[in-house]
Amino acid sequence: MKYILMMNTPGGGAYQVTTWPREDLIRHIGFMKTFATKLRGAGELVAAEGLAGPDQAKRVRAGADGKPITDGVFPESKEFLAGYWIVDVESPERAYQIAAEASAAPGKGGAPMNMAIEVREVMSAPPVETP
Amino acid sequence: MTETAELETQHLLRDLAPQVLGIVVRRFRDFSAAEDAVQEALIAAATQWPREGRPESPRAWLLQVAARRMADHVRTETARRQREQVVVSLVPPDEQVTLALDGDDPAARDDTLELLFLCCPPALSPASAIALTLRAVGGLTTVEIARAFLVPEATMAQRISRAKATIKASGEALGMSEAGQLAKRLDAVMHVLYLIFNEGYAASSGDEVVRTDLSGEAIRLTRMLRGVAPNEAEVAGLLALMLLTDARRAARTGPVGELIPLDEQDRTLWDRGAIEEGVALISETLQRGAVGPYQLQAAVAAVHDEAPSAGATDWPQILALYGVLQGLSDNPMVDLNFAIATAMVHGPAEGLARLDVVAADPRLAGHHRLDSVRAHLLERSGDRAAAVALYRRAADRTASTAERNYLLAHAARLAEEVVE
Repeated sequence: MKYILMMNTPGGGAYQVTTWPREDLIRHIGFMKTFATKLRGAGELVAAEGLAGPDQAKRVRAGADGKPITDGVFPESKEFLAGYWIVDVESPERAYQIAAEASAAPGKGGAPMNMAIEVREVMSAPPVETP
Repeated sequence: MTETAELETQHLLRDLAPQVLGIVVRRFRDFSAAEDAVQEALIAAATQWPREGRPESPRAWLLQVAARRMADHVRTETARRQREQVVVSLVPPDEQVTLALDGDDPAARDDTLELLFLCCPPALSPASAIALTLRAVGGLTTVEIARAFLVPEATMAQRISRAKATIKASGEALGMSEAGQLAKRLDAVMHVLYLIFNEGYAASSGDEVVRTDLSGEAIRLTRMLRGVAPNEAEVAGLLALMLLTDARRAARTGPVGELIPLDEQDRTLWDRGAIEEGVALISETLQRGAVGPYQLQAAVAAVHDEAPSAGATDWPQILALYGVLQGLSDNPMVDLNFAIATAMVHGPAEGLARLDVVAADPRLAGHHRLDSVRAHLLERSGDRAAAVALYRRAADRTASTAERNYLLAHAARLAEEVVE
């Protein structure tokens, strides 16, 4: 079964990497790299992506002519998706375990951040025939 | 080379894969390395044969290439171990050509069964056993398996190599299963084949047209298993179950991939050939005694497939079969099906009463199938509003896109009727 692990962080919260000292940044990046390699090595990783900062995000809508109408930047106070993992695992418990590991990624000063990771199942199960 | 010829090559390679692997494992006694070597030989054949023509003896060709890879592997290993100790026998590649055996060699037959046992040990998770079985016995490439399960190739490659490491660590080897364990090991293999079949079911009802035909592969492997274990009634039952279920494939989904339930399917789209084969197989098997769960499920599928219309379905027969199945297995899904059959024979009120008993099973707590079955029975009893609410709750709880779409659409249709 596949799960998506979403790292949502509030704007202005702990995950403000732009203000971290270099040492903390390197440690954090190293953790994320090792974490992805480990998941791939376990045969569980489907995808892992970090997203560009919310100040570059655009909200897009189709106009009357079907062309995109882009809408400005999100206010900083809002929660935003910083990155996600998609894993293919044997049980929901295993997905939670992976999420907990991601949650403990080192932040400023090297201490675990214990961020909240939202875990949701990806629709990929076979259907059951109703007689 | 034409597309047909390419497909023929692919089929030939997949059939030869376990035979060649069995021989190489026996000779070199290293399953993990032998499996890699055979995979490389298969990939080499798939690229070279279309270009240069199929060799006179395809099996000898594959054996020779695989043996050469093994010799390379042994040489590397030997160097790595600084010639301290050679753990595998080094046979010069030229001599490997003589390893080719005749088509109906009993040793090759045993090998296939042993390879299946080796790929499906209790220590392996189902997902790992599935991947390894498809590669080692099914002859599929890592890319094909990765595509079938929608994961990256690197991840699938790791899953397979970890599976092999687990097997190696457990000390399993070819020909090690004891006679007393046979039934248990066969159960594990059948379960893995059944899961592969079910995955194919998801693919054929979804929008993933590029996915490898896993149902077809499961049927092929089960035929192979039946070939090497012809006296096992449950293997015949499993094959019949797959054939009788797969026969409905074309009728099971509509133009946009939406699920069509059994009682609304266009029965002229059912595969008559598969139904005939499945019915003949299950009829013959049931007469032999020693009935089991796969045979009973196949018998239920046969009753559905033989009914000229949904209304003409022999529900008393299905109810009786589920009754026997309940006695043989402790599976809440069987209990749910028994409740449905009860409703079809004795009316929805009795079906719902039966369902209340079944619902106490903690394994069904919060399960979407409990909701969808209750909705189905409520709909039959005329309580449409309650049915709509439960269909919607089931839709929220299922992890299958096709099923969710079906449940939502059905609830919407029913809700419109309620308003009218």
